[in-house]
Amino acid sequence: MTVLDMAHTTLREVNTTLQHASKGHSNEAFTIVNPRGSHAMAVGLDGPITVTIKGSTGYYCAGMNKAATVHVEGSAGPGVAENMMSGEVIVEGNASQYAGATGHGGLLNIKGNASSRCGISMKGIDIVVHGNIGHMSAFMAQKGNLVVLGDAGDALGDSLYEARIFVRGTVKSLGADCIEKEMRPEHLALLADLLSRTGADARPEDFKRYGSARKLYNFNIDHAGEY
Amino acid sequence: MDETPHTTPRHSWTFSNEINAEIRRAAATGIYDIRGGGAKRRVPHFDDLLFLGASVSRYPLEGYREKCETGVTLGTRFAKKPIELKIPITIAGMSFGSLSGPAKEALGRGATLAGTSTTTGDGGMTEEERGHSEKLVYQYLPSRYGMNPDDLRRADAIEVVVGQGAKPGGGGMLLGQKITQRVAAMRDLPIGIDQRSACRHPDWTGPDDLEIKILELREITGWEKPIYVKIGGARPYYDTALAVKAGADVVVLDGMQGGTAATQDVFIEHVGQPTLACIRPAVQALQDLGLHREVQLIVSGGIRTGADVAKALALGADAVSIGTAALIALGDNDPKWEAEYRKLGTTAGAYDDWHEGRDPAGITTQDPELMARLDPITAGRRLRNYLNVLTLECQTLARACGKSHVHNLEPEDLCALTMEAAAMAQVPLAGTNWWPGKGGF
Repeated sequence: MTVLDMAHTTLREVNTTLQHASKGHSNEAFTIVNPRGSHAMAVGLDGPITVTIKGSTGYYCAGMNKAATVHVEGSAGPGVAENMMSGEVIVEGNASQYAGATGHGGLLNIKGNASSRCGISMKGIDIVVHGNIGHMSAFMAQKGNLVVLGDAGDALGDSLYEARIFVRGTVKSLGADCIEKEMRPEHLALLADLLSRTGADARPEDFKRYGSARKLYNFNIDHAGEY
Repeated sequence: MDETPHTTPRHSWTFSNEINAEIRRAAATGIYDIRGGGAKRRVPHFDDLLFLGASVSRYPLEGYREKCETGVTLGTRFAKKPIELKIPITIAGMSFGSLSGPAKEALGRGATLAGTSTTTGDGGMTEEERGHSEKLVYQYLPSRYGMNPDDLRRADAIEVVVGQGAKPGGGGMLLGQKITQRVAAMRDLPIGIDQRSACRHPDWTGPDDLEIKILELREITGWEKPIYVKIGGARPYYDTALAVKAGADVVVLDGMQGGTAATQDVFIEHVGQPTLACIRPAVQALQDLGLHREVQLIVSGGIRTGADVAKALALGADAVSIGTAALIALGDNDPKWEAEYRKLGTTAGAYDDWHEGRDPAGITTQDPELMARLDPITAGRRLRNYLNVLTLECQTLARACGKSHVHNLEPEDLCALTMEAAAMAQVPLAGTNWWPGKGGF
């Protein structure tokens, strides 16, 4: 276990160390102390290392992560795990706006709440939020799964493509072209797996599934009033 | 026969045949017109400027004998590895999807032969263009289609696209007929659906966020790559200043004549400012910040000739970028396809339904038969030739003004033919020492 103290180490040094280790596929473990809300921490990692951050982070923590596990033992600022490709990012606290934005793969596990636009434009990532999510979440979401144990804010899944959304609590409103859909056995199995992997205390049967009505897939003037 | 004189039939200027046709088209379809390209209306442009040339008070350089350098370095502010180009003309971002694979390859080949860079577009980086582009700028767009850290690191520079001249404030739409299996896979979307490209970035808003986004991109790429910020010609002074404040190494400024793959005609023709009007405010912003030449300015939107290049540089740009002209050099809108353009209800030189994917020249299409019409090697050579001509023309004009480097051209070398151009370029109206906005006459 290597400890990187950001009270004495620059962001550039921290990221260089982590990126170098991840490229070497070293399976090393690192702990970052005194993160002091720094932006762009542990970004661009490219291999199976483990990074534990003892505190809260600023913008874009674990951005574009590949294969690494990043564990934030605090809350995360905007854009945590943005454009993640693979690996796992765990946030013990809350996550700010755009959590998991445009993520292509991997698992984002948020133990608290997530703010607005969670999973915006997601492209294959799996996101599990143990609390609530804010408005416009999964806006233009393309692929992947967004699981919410709590409630969802306004305009959930607006202009959704093929991403799947599972919500256990209430949904304040659905966005354009987002509808409730049948929960089939394969969805229950998928959900059970995600809940199990993220340590979520919930039953798949208690969730509702939302997806795209696919009315906006090809421009039709008669549907212009839907947005 | 009635010999009484009759009033000659008179068409309305307001309700011209063109306008009336558009009204009928709108009434029949219920949808606005979508097309490719940039603004087609006549706006003040580089043609409205002239070089003064050498005289008793200035001496010229000998053509064909004395050197006039053309090299440009982009990204000197923060990047560890700035881009060195042999010529001050780059190829603008155009997406794989809107363009065919062979067309992207041809752009890479031509740019590399001429010693300059080409740029990806919405939809990600293809092997064709990376493999054939010695210097490739990777666009970071709101849609993030195909975005991944490996390609980010394979790029020679990163261009954060905030806007483009054809549609400042607008996103894009790639219609389903161009969404083949390959295009769909790169964009993580189903085949055949209309693909919306968002108008703003999903994970940042405003210049303060942009500064942090640029920090992230630099941290991911080890501070090696120059970071460009591309803006549409909307509020060039403030947009340039804010891009610089956010940490840009290079500002790319695209005026309203800059092209798009597909946008509403009303957007293309009615939003944004002419390229000529954008340059001086952007240069002023850089000068006010004390960063002119340290943050490089690339100007695009309607660059066609070496004269356009030279005039843009004289107004303070470090380089220019071409898109539409590059496609024409490859073979777009070539009269040799006239019979086929007629079948599509248009004519060579006016074809702009690039989004429909039926381009007879095989450039703006994903149809395998049409794509096969473009030989990327031959087309690449044509682009190389064209870039060389632009450079030679620019050098000719610079030598005539006594400049040993094209960057030594300056506003003092220019005059304007119209009041509008004089006001926009802030150079004297021909025959005077005055321009609108400047005191005295």
